[in-house]
Amino acid sequence: MPLVKGGRIVADGFTHVEDGAPVPERGAVLVPAARFLADADELLRRDGPVGVIWPNDRAVGELSPYLDRLALVALVFPTYKDGRAYSQARLLRERYGYRGELRATGQVLRDQFVFLIRAGFDAFDVVKQADAEAFEETAKRYSVFFQPTGDGRMTVARKRIARRAPAPAARQDRLRA
Amino acid sequence: MYRYDDFDRTLLAERVKEFRGQVARRLSGELTEDEFKSLRLMNGVYLQLHAYMLRIAIPYGTLSSAQLRRLAYVARTYDRGYGHFTTRQNIQFNWIKLAQLPDAMADLAEAGLHGLQTSGNCVRNITTDQWAGVAPDEIEDPRPWAELIRQHVTLHPEFSFLPRKFKIAVGAAAHDRAALRIHDLALRLHRNGAGEEGFEVMVGGGLGRTPFIAKTIKPFLPKRDVLSYIEAVLRLYNQYGRRDNIYKARIKILVHDKGAEQFAKEVEAEWQSIKDGMLALDQAVFDDIATRFVYPAYETLADDPPELKAALGDPRFATWHGNAVNRHKRPGYAIVTLSLKPIGKPTGDCTADQMDQIADIADRYSFGEIRVGHEQNLVLPHVAQRDLPDLWRALDAAGVATPNVNQISDIIACPGLDYCSLANARAIPVAQNIAKRFSDPKLSQSLGRLHINISGCINACGHHHVGHIGILGVEKNGEEFYQITIGGRADEGAELGTLIGPAVPYAEVADVVEDIAEAYLSLRERPDELFIETFRRVGVEPFKERVYATR
Repeated sequence: MPLVKGGRIVADGFTHVEDGAPVPERGAVLVPAARFLADADELLRRDGPVGVIWPNDRAVGELSPYLDRLALVALVFPTYKDGRAYSQARLLRERYGYRGELRATGQVLRDQFVFLIRAGFDAFDVVKQADAEAFEETAKRYSVFFQPTGDGRMTVARKRIARRAPAPAARQDRLRA
Repeated sequence: MYRYDDFDRTLLAERVKEFRGQVARRLSGELTEDEFKSLRLMNGVYLQLHAYMLRIAIPYGTLSSAQLRRLAYVARTYDRGYGHFTTRQNIQFNWIKLAQLPDAMADLAEAGLHGLQTSGNCVRNITTDQWAGVAPDEIEDPRPWAELIRQHVTLHPEFSFLPRKFKIAVGAAAHDRAALRIHDLALRLHRNGAGEEGFEVMVGGGLGRTPFIAKTIKPFLPKRDVLSYIEAVLRLYNQYGRRDNIYKARIKILVHDKGAEQFAKEVEAEWQSIKDGMLALDQAVFDDIATRFVYPAYETLADDPPELKAALGDPRFATWHGNAVNRHKRPGYAIVTLSLKPIGKPTGDCTADQMDQIADIADRYSFGEIRVGHEQNLVLPHVAQRDLPDLWRALDAAGVATPNVNQISDIIACPGLDYCSLANARAIPVAQNIAKRFSDPKLSQSLGRLHINISGCINACGHHHVGHIGILGVEKNGEEFYQITIGGRADEGAELGTLIGPAVPYAEVADVVEDIAEAYLSLRERPDELFIETFRRVGVEPFKERVYATR
């Protein structure tokens, strides 16, 4: 499955460690939630970035003690119709202040890109090559956003008000131009 | 009217472009039908028995004459020349070809119309009182609130893939004309003891195979907190609503399983952590929305003008006037209901020609504005009383002046087995048979307000649980049978109906309704005791006896 990051298809730098398999001594690893929680501190002490695959039916608040040391949280879409991970993503970004990589995994189609970006995801494990290649174009599909989220995009409501009564600074810019 | 601007038009154009791409991917096989399904549903596209069906939202039930003409154009160009108004302020076209859908959507988008979120597991069209802004009994126009919420939930990045559909309604009047308590979430604007205005929040209503009346989880929510509170409810639902069983996925099941009190507590906790954040209502934002609802330039007129008094001498006009005309906020004006229930025709259907006629009539007599109500009728909200006689003649010529509004033949029915792939039994012909049985206006009038609701299957699109008389089609050994309930209601005293006894075959439904009507006439204490009041006084037994005595 192609991984899209920073708008481009890239190689996955994380080694996926299955349950029961040994954790490599060095390098970036991505481990399942139960495994991570079993010895989180030990894992986080090792040499190399650590990521966790977090299921969509478990409260992300459990991760809060580790978030500043985690390099990657991968949230799961068992099917693209199961939207629980959108709430988890927003909570991680907006309530718990997580700043590391937030990756969407599972059934990820191009039709979700805009929603995922707005919810705080910045990496995408895309099912289909064609969708991964269409990332840049698809992500720019919408220019109008009605609700505020942690992505900081200006809502239509704000744009309307700004347009009606330009801020003093904006007015000066226009005079200069 | 609400004025759309370039932002709204840009969003719709971007959406149509996206859908065009999705249809192309589906037609080329790049998308499987399973992958395509949720994407098309969120644009209002269903796969029905005969063809694709397109459902178009009529936000808060308000249409301009130009929009109605555009609907007529789409009905004529892409469908078979008619549309069907639904119980949730939508209109459906039943015969559109997949390849033509993007063109139909582009044509609709030009008029500010769309099928966004009219289906699928997302927040659906926000509905409200069809008399909003003109009803004498409202605190204020609820539509700016509905529009605020509509904008907030449109393509919401967190709540577009919920466990199941989510329906919101907003009311602001003493009398509930929006069926608030059968919604997943409903807001009722009212004044508290201190005279402040705020919303009562109800959650967990819904019909289907497990019907519930919504419970109040917040008696008084300050206006500034509307969006943050809805966000808290949706966040809990998105995370904890059941996804393992489609029939247990609505929020009503979550609320029932947790208990309304516990659910309210959890919402409260989530809400407390976001209520003072970016969703706290900015008055400037609300005012911007409110000022874009434009009211007509009413004349200063007096009630009961001489033209009206003279016309009331004509008994046919007087009958229609007594039935379809209601008081308006402004003196000298009236609210007029157009019956889409002519005796013997499918309920809620409107032909393209009728749409054009009604649009012209609205331009002439109602400042170009039309409303759509959940009872599947249309409304002209701003008619000068002196114009009523002329208006009546014009409506009669268009076939929408049957004086049966709120009467026994003003039936709410789903499309049933004639169109729907989910149905077990027919609904439209059942409605037609009953309407014919009560076609005598005198008989119908003597029965007073009496709502019949018919659903062709347990999914309850015809809201049978809340009909004064509710009729549910079921299939038994390959034959259509109908279960009858009585005493349901969807207004401010919302209740689920009570089953009167064993199901009856198709051919006997109209007989049973007639028995119930006769029982009511003999049971009522006085001519103005409504059916629903008689039922509340005597209960189900006397009706049951009458219906089953000879069966």
